[in-house]
Amino acid sequence: MGKLVINQNFVTDEIVKELEKVCPFNAFEYDGNELTINASCKNCKQCIKRGPTGVVIYVEEEEVISINKDEWVGLTVFVELEFGKVHPVVFELLGKAKELAEKINHPLYAVMIGSKEQVDTNKDELLCYGVDKLFVYQDKLYEDFNIDRAFECVKDFIEQIKPSVILYGGTSLGRSFAPKVAAAFKTGLTADCTSLGIKDNTDLVQVRPAFGGNIMAQIICTKTRPQMATVRYKIFKKPEKELPHGEVIYMSTTEINKNSVIKLISKIKKEIDVDISEADVIVACGRAFKNEKDLSIAYELASLLGGSVACSRPLCEVGLMNVKNQIGLSGKTVSPKLIFVLGISGAIQFTSGMSNSDMIVAINNDPNAQIFDHSHYGIVGDVFKVVPELIKIIKESRGE
Amino acid sequence: MNVCVCIKQVPASSNVKIDPVNGTLVRDGNNTKMNPYDLYAIEMALKVKEINDCNVKAITMGPPAATAILQEAIWMGCDDGYLLTDRKFAGADVVATAYTLSQGIKYMGKCDLVVCGKQTTDGDTAQVGAELAHFLGIPYVCYVDKIIEVKDKSIVVRTNLDKTYEILEIAFPCLITVEKNNESPRLPSYKRSVQYSDHQVHNVTFDKLFDVDESRYGLNGSPTQVEKMFNPIKDDRKVMLNDETESYASQLAELLKDKKYI
Repeated sequence: MGKLVINQNFVTDEIVKELEKVCPFNAFEYDGNELTINASCKNCKQCIKRGPTGVVIYVEEEEVISINKDEWVGLTVFVELEFGKVHPVVFELLGKAKELAEKINHPLYAVMIGSKEQVDTNKDELLCYGVDKLFVYQDKLYEDFNIDRAFECVKDFIEQIKPSVILYGGTSLGRSFAPKVAAAFKTGLTADCTSLGIKDNTDLVQVRPAFGGNIMAQIICTKTRPQMATVRYKIFKKPEKELPHGEVIYMSTTEINKNSVIKLISKIKKEIDVDISEADVIVACGRAFKNEKDLSIAYELASLLGGSVACSRPLCEVGLMNVKNQIGLSGKTVSPKLIFVLGISGAIQFTSGMSNSDMIVAINNDPNAQIFDHSHYGIVGDVFKVVPELIKIIKESRGE
Repeated sequence: MNVCVCIKQVPASSNVKIDPVNGTLVRDGNNTKMNPYDLYAIEMALKVKEINDCNVKAITMGPPAATAILQEAIWMGCDDGYLLTDRKFAGADVVATAYTLSQGIKYMGKCDLVVCGKQTTDGDTAQVGAELAHFLGIPYVCYVDKIIEVKDKSIVVRTNLDKTYEILEIAFPCLITVEKNNESPRLPSYKRSVQYSDHQVHNVTFDKLFDVDESRYGLNGSPTQVEKMFNPIKDDRKVMLNDETESYASQLAELLKDKKYI
């Protein structure tokens, strides 16, 4: 690893101004005499790439510890359990990890920690996703997730198996657990990756949003192993099941420390009635909906997609829906991943509350409706024909 | 009892893009502010102080200008501020940042409870708190949104997870990271700003730390590197679907399949 060095001979007021302009982190400090780089520096090297030539130089330093990357083999997915069942993000990660493993000809591993009952319920399904070896740490004490106990297991796994990569779901559990492992092995952990690739030398290429999603950063971890990343649910595709070929390996837990000073007193399941501003999927209804019966298709579509129903102002005024479900200037601002805008003309009072949504699908029978200017996909048609047909297709595809 | 709050100065706006012509990062102003999540961390630390009288100190790593947020923390009610600042800390990723903070906290002396914000708005990793706890050798709990009870030797908290709330008891010394919650952070007090107008925060430089192995800090202590930065691919397609060849519903179903909803 190297460091940034400033050639003080070149430093003039103008050079400083130029450097300050290219540095996104305000890391340059100039006292009129000496130019220094302060703790804000993120090593993005913009000053070398975009700044005046020769002023900032990157000096490679001798690597003190160098690891042998060939000793670290296998792509691993950490198996998170949610209410005793494998969290669906795990299958998505297995699909991605398998793709990467095939590229560099590495095996695909999964590591699961739980009670005997939890392991027995889930192990066969995991093997259907191309897992070559499923490593299991099983004990009655592992039934409820505990950071300290899980850490001792994963530490044991890394020391014995030496995997090249470990992926964790970007859930509240994964995001709080993975950093402990990273700190213990002083290795890199990249949060909320949106894309993963792998180089021939087994370096994991991790892309994640920075600056609130305004910029994407590509991150690598070249001098330590295992390389680790968290990925949010629904970033990668869930792969198809295949015929299982892998084996389950039961790891000994007798020597593993099971003490913890964190005591779980109680666990309270959250109510499903989600706040629309937190919802990932929203079905928004407008004036086209005249009564409860009309609304029933919106509720059905929302429940099939795991989302919530919201509305524009007219439906609140006539009392069909509660104001807590209203989107717009006088209601709530939402930014779901997907929003259906059904029978809403799209006045600014409404669109200002939802224009940041990732994918906007509008259906309206008026081809001149303003909502089409704010949507990614527009359909000029009858909501009460298109939506029931869509519901039918979704149900059929799920075999219902 | 001693409580330490970790805070960070972040850009006031995350409005950044890459100039398509010359490839430089273009920022929207140079203003900075305290990381909004840290305000909740300070509020929670001050709540602990109200329940169980203790000393609350704020610590940050950053350039000299970050003194401003330590002052703000003191005006809100913290007793003292520590600024970890040295060019040797430059270029730190999560591991190096957490390690530097752990050294700073050891420099401050005995600490029973460390409070961090859930994440920062610039780095957005939510990892520094957990890694810091590991380097301090203490247990931690993330996403705390409520303190239930402060006991002599432990604290009982509620954590706000994806689908559950958990009530946990953790023995001191320990670390918690704080989720946004109903307790609105208090505003800096004018009275305190006058009272503490001459108060100097502590500058902690590299040579004051216990561990002076340079390979643990800044760029050298960082396992990850940013290889490149680029603009996200924006989806500004505005597609009007037609149903000449395929029905609207089946086209929508394809879109949903593509986005993994079906």
